[in-house]
Amino acid sequence: MLSANLSAIFYLISGVLFILALRGLSSPETSRQGNFFGILGMAIAVTVTFLSIGNFSTGFVVVLIFLIIGGLIGAFIAYKIPMTAMPELVAGFHSLVGLAAVFVAIAAFLNPYAFNLGSPGNIKLGSLIEMSIGAAVGAITFSGSIIAFLKLQGIMSGSPITFKGQHPLNALILISIIVITYLLCSTQSSNLFWILLAISFLIGFLLIIPIGGADMPVVISMLNSYSGWAAAGIGFTLENTALIITGALVGSSGAILSYIMCKGMNRSFFNVILGGFGATEQSASVQNKEQRPVKSGNADDAAFLMKNASSVIIVPGYGMAVAQAQHALREMVDTLKKSDIKVSYAIHPVAGRMPGHMNVLLAEANVPYDEVFELEEINNDFANADVAFVIGANDVTNPVAKTDPQSPIYGMPVLDVEKCKSVLFVKRSLSPGYAGIDNDLFYKENTLMLFADAKKMTEDITKSL
Amino acid sequence: MEIDPFIFRLSIFILSIFIGYYVVWSVTPSLHTPLMSVTNAISSVIIVGAIIAGLAGNSETIFNISSIFGFLAISLAAINIFGGFLVTQRMLAMYKKKKKGK
Repeated sequence: MLSANLSAIFYLISGVLFILALRGLSSPETSRQGNFFGILGMAIAVTVTFLSIGNFSTGFVVVLIFLIIGGLIGAFIAYKIPMTAMPELVAGFHSLVGLAAVFVAIAAFLNPYAFNLGSPGNIKLGSLIEMSIGAAVGAITFSGSIIAFLKLQGIMSGSPITFKGQHPLNALILISIIVITYLLCSTQSSNLFWILLAISFLIGFLLIIPIGGADMPVVISMLNSYSGWAAAGIGFTLENTALIITGALVGSSGAILSYIMCKGMNRSFFNVILGGFGATEQSASVQNKEQRPVKSGNADDAAFLMKNASSVIIVPGYGMAVAQAQHALREMVDTLKKSDIKVSYAIHPVAGRMPGHMNVLLAEANVPYDEVFELEEINNDFANADVAFVIGANDVTNPVAKTDPQSPIYGMPVLDVEKCKSVLFVKRSLSPGYAGIDNDLFYKENTLMLFADAKKMTEDITKSL
Repeated sequence: MEIDPFIFRLSIFILSIFIGYYVVWSVTPSLHTPLMSVTNAISSVIIVGAIIAGLAGNSETIFNISSIFGFLAISLAAINIFGGFLVTQRMLAMYKKKKKGK
């Protein structure tokens, strides 16, 4: 059996290894080593826990069986999941962390002896507060992530669900969570503990339903942050350094990602959380829907334009992921490169359904990461490029964000696609994007619309090249 | 006057938030998706609590209600740990640099 001090030191080591795991992600070269540190940290934490309990009887076997079952399921999912489904996967994983936190809190509440927290009905006050916070945040993470998962998977409609009195109701529930936590701590009543869990599940559900599909990058990041705070809460209860460090790391990581995503849309965090975006704006754009002429072309026209270009910038968006067009796109780019055309990729911070989604898809299609650029890095290059090839993106290229203060997306950073000599726009129809506003780019003199499925069009262009 | 151990844990917590803040800002935006999956995996270190709960009973009380919640939490956390690290590894293996001389 390991002494308490020695195991505390090992937990500290695994906490440090987790910090190094995140540090490794600062560049793709060091990232694989970082991931290894993470695995090592986890192995140390689990081994030390077994050694410090020192119970290797029947219970140990049962624990191992549950561990292996979970591990096999996890490994199976990790190998099978297509890269386009990464947002759903991450949302699903968040819900599991949340639920695990809830279960650990329940176990600790029912059997505080095991955790050295006192006896049932007489749990140490500090521990009870920490436990309640961990359980409540865990429950919110769980139900919120389930809704996010259903929306991303398309089982539930991505459009915001709003009803009258939504915000007062949510505020009421949040206040009651605080009141119940207070009462729980003063009475130690187990009924209150279950009520606390029930309303926390409810609020997680209510908080996410009004948020629309394209706001999912913010939601996923936010739930990522919540799962961290839940883990930290449990870490305080268990007096475990590894959990506290990890919870704080994950919590701040998710918070930073939400901030970056909100900035990419020029919206405040509260604006996203309160939800309903897209639902109200649509009615406004319907009114002034006049028919404006657009130039549309076919694959041959597009191939001709690109063949005569010396530099091409590709702007991928969520539509590329939906059409699974990333491999076809890379083949097209390979053909272009053979005729010495310079090709680069421009990625908007909120392209796709989660932070960095497009980068993973392009990496999957064997696009080298040093050809892929972020908005700030590449935005000045559009003026010197010959062709911009917009595939599955829309709102993030809309020049109206720079010109029309009335527009709902005014002030959002956009890619300066219109500065290119010519713009090729692969799109199914002229329908407006998620924000519900028309894209002026469609009607520009130098824009050629390619109305087709993104994958089929790219394949056709490759053939004509 | 003795300092409550809680204060030490709180200090670790606050300092870790700052470490997280600076470390995460230095993560390159192209790796934000692996960042999410790896944070997912490491936050499942909550399995430590689940193991304690699962091993709490003696041989007659292995399957008391508290331990059962522990067992379930072990499986949930294990899905995340294995799934999270492996999928991160799979993603990171795809990030390649341009081949020279092409």
